[in-house]
Amino acid sequence: MAEVLRPEMLDISNDTSSLSSPELLHVLAVDDSMVDRKFIERLLRVSSCKVTVVDSATRALQYLGLDGENSSVGFEDLKINLIMTDYSMPGMTGYELLKKIKESSAFREIPVVIMSSENILPRIDRCLEEGAEDFLLKPVKLADVKRLRDSLMKAEERAFKNIMHKRELEANDIYSQLKRAKI
Amino acid sequence: MTNMGKCMQGYLDEQFMELEELQDDANPNFVEEVSALYFKDSARLINNIDQALERGSFDFNRLDSYMHQFKGSSTSIGASKVKAECTTFREYCRAGNAEGCLRTFQQLKKEHSTLRKKLEHYFQARQ
Repeated sequence: MAEVLRPEMLDISNDTSSLSSPELLHVLAVDDSMVDRKFIERLLRVSSCKVTVVDSATRALQYLGLDGENSSVGFEDLKINLIMTDYSMPGMTGYELLKKIKESSAFREIPVVIMSSENILPRIDRCLEEGAEDFLLKPVKLADVKRLRDSLMKAEERAFKNIMHKRELEANDIYSQLKRAKI
Repeated sequence: MTNMGKCMQGYLDEQFMELEELQDDANPNFVEEVSALYFKDSARLINNIDQALERGSFDFNRLDSYMHQFKGSSTSIGASKVKAECTTFREYCRAGNAEGCLRTFQQLKKEHSTLRKKLEHYFQARQ
């Protein structure tokens, strides 16, 4: 009698740590101030995030491959979990960058957080209306960054668990089919 | 938390302490590095503003823009006195008060220079 493959024997495990669990969050930070770039980079690293920092909205678009030119990074390889951008920047502002990201089919789902030294309510409203995830007053606090990271990790974890649950259902389905097929 | 001592009082605010909290054994010179960046950046801004003021033409928009940057980085490092002078300067810009701008800028440069010296001593003492 052939051995029945039970779900536990298939490569599906309830122990998710042995599988590739959610990677470190990768954050793209955009700020024209070199002091602020150094600061935000440190805040993010202390919060266990992978960080890419650029000095302008234009460079951010280049990095994402949204500037119309060929990007150096392969689209498929680029995994950004969060974009944090300063509001007031020469050339393109953080608000304009936010709009461009939300217009892009590849990146519109990525949460964008705006940072500003100025507590201007109409500005905050405009950013939130355009789809910003959050608006942080500078100087940004470590607590702010950790809060963002935690809520993103929870979202990633939920998405990951959904995938695992789906796989489990599929495995059970295969198992049932095999069982029925066995005469 | 490092004891900054009485000499730093008023010159640096809680933000400087936040920066110190971000230091660890793997990154023991973080604050000094930020400070170096700050003084490099502010030297550039001071130079730009000096030149703009020397020309005699008071382009208040441009001056305000420089000050916005200066205030921003001063805030990030916790340089409270310098930050206060930046705010005053911007108020004079908005009022179109050239004399006020000039006066404030002199004061700002003094505060900036004092802070630089204090931080130099502070970092040396840490060695």
